[in-house]
Amino acid sequence: MSNDANAARNLAPKTARTVLSSEDIDRVLTRIAHEIIEANKGTKDLVLLGIPSRGFPLAQRLAQRIAATEPGLDAAAIVGQLDVTMYRDDLRHSTARTPLPTRLPAGGIDDKVVVLVDDVLYSGRTIRAALDAIADLGRPRIVRLAVLVDRGHRELPIRADHVGKNLPTATTEKVRVHVAEVDGVDNNEVIIEDAA
Amino acid sequence: MKHLLSTLDLSRADAIRILDIAEEMAAVGTREVKKLPALRGRTVVNLFFEDSTRTRISFEAAAKRLSADVINFSAKGSSVSKGESLKDTAQTLQAIGADAVVIRHGASGAPARLAATDWIDAPVVNAGDGTHEHPTQALLDAFTLRNHWARVNGTSTLGTDLAGMKVAIVGDILHSRVARSNLWLLRTLGAEVTMVAPPTLLPHGSNVWPCTISYDLDATLAGGIDAVMMLRVQGERMHASFFPNTREYSRLWGFDDARLAALDAQGQSETIIMHPGPMNRGLEISSAAADSPRSTVLEQVSNGVAVRMAVLYLLLSGDQQRPSGL
Repeated sequence: MSNDANAARNLAPKTARTVLSSEDIDRVLTRIAHEIIEANKGTKDLVLLGIPSRGFPLAQRLAQRIAATEPGLDAAAIVGQLDVTMYRDDLRHSTARTPLPTRLPAGGIDDKVVVLVDDVLYSGRTIRAALDAIADLGRPRIVRLAVLVDRGHRELPIRADHVGKNLPTATTEKVRVHVAEVDGVDNNEVIIEDAA
Repeated sequence: MKHLLSTLDLSRADAIRILDIAEEMAAVGTREVKKLPALRGRTVVNLFFEDSTRTRISFEAAAKRLSADVINFSAKGSSVSKGESLKDTAQTLQAIGADAVVIRHGASGAPARLAATDWIDAPVVNAGDGTHEHPTQALLDAFTLRNHWARVNGTSTLGTDLAGMKVAIVGDILHSRVARSNLWLLRTLGAEVTMVAPPTLLPHGSNVWPCTISYDLDATLAGGIDAVMMLRVQGERMHASFFPNTREYSRLWGFDDARLAALDAQGQSETIIMHPGPMNRGLEISSAAADSPRSTVLEQVSNGVAVRMAVLYLLLSGDQQRPSGL
């Protein structure tokens, strides 16, 4: 992008409003954690795979809440990171992205109940890429999807099983999720920016 | 980055980015399904005017692991032996629909020529040109060195360089494109390089290279070296006598059993021995050294696939309309 375009964007009037505060995110994650346990009828075979960059810390937080319900369950043993960069359908068109590490829990994902965790569900293309990536890594019994925010505008037949907040948006708006693990101390919120 | 022609014009950030991506690519090599769909439907042509084993199969494996289609071309048995020019060969590849060209050529500058002309639009990867450069070899050496350096220092590899590492490059510097590519890249990444060779095997102008020149391998090793890179004595390029005989070369410049024992005696337990291959066992490296736990020869080969995957991925993904896409 040229500097002029950048400057124009920065000068344009931009309204930002917080739709989920730090406390809201905590409550939402606690609810999703319980939904996951309920849907799975317990914690047996559960594996949470976070999609970088912000899905992974969210998956870790969910895993901690799930592990807290069952003594002896180690949160680190049920959470992993799934990078989908190499499976995206826009590799040829966007700038080259640097892939991030994929780390699976020691037990692998074969015959497990995998819950994909991402911050924002939008077109559904990231999730399609994630499903392809999973197929190359093993064969889970079930794959579910948990997202912090569903902002609509799906371009593929994909839906989430566990949604933190349904957020009606316009395509001109931007949804930004900040989590402390990625964005710095105490920076936990979901913001809608009007980029028009 | 539109082409990869040399390591001299590779910035530190670009080099580290390639190594970081290679790290993720290496992880794919350990999986059950060793394939990524990133370059599905793209065609990579391996254009080899010189003989090669590991570079060609390494590029082939790299392209295939990224799901690209691979066309292998070697000058032997092609119309090149009927006198077809580089230009006509390149235009043929363009007409076939090559998306990337990996070229090895005996003439220094052939890949740059291919990249600079409009004979072919595809990105060009230099897989070794004459005595000029062999950038992917230097990148895989740097990747191997970085893994070792991180292990020694107990740090993470991602995002790091080779600051403070002492590397000796030993042998036939004169004919070695590997030495040149490594010198530029290792300097960019912050390593200290010492070139060790007989005066006859140092090129004119090497006195201004950003490295130390030594004529004494034992003294260099005794000074404390983190990695020794032995170069192949390139008999096929030697049309004059550069050293009296192979026995003398091996005694003065080869990594023989005595030098291996000396490393152990000096307590340099973390010094690794590298060789780009193919090895002349008994000449520049003894079998005991090549097969010792210090040797990274096979590690270098498997790292080569990962590094070449990273290079092909970077050149073939992203918006290729933009010249500085990297």
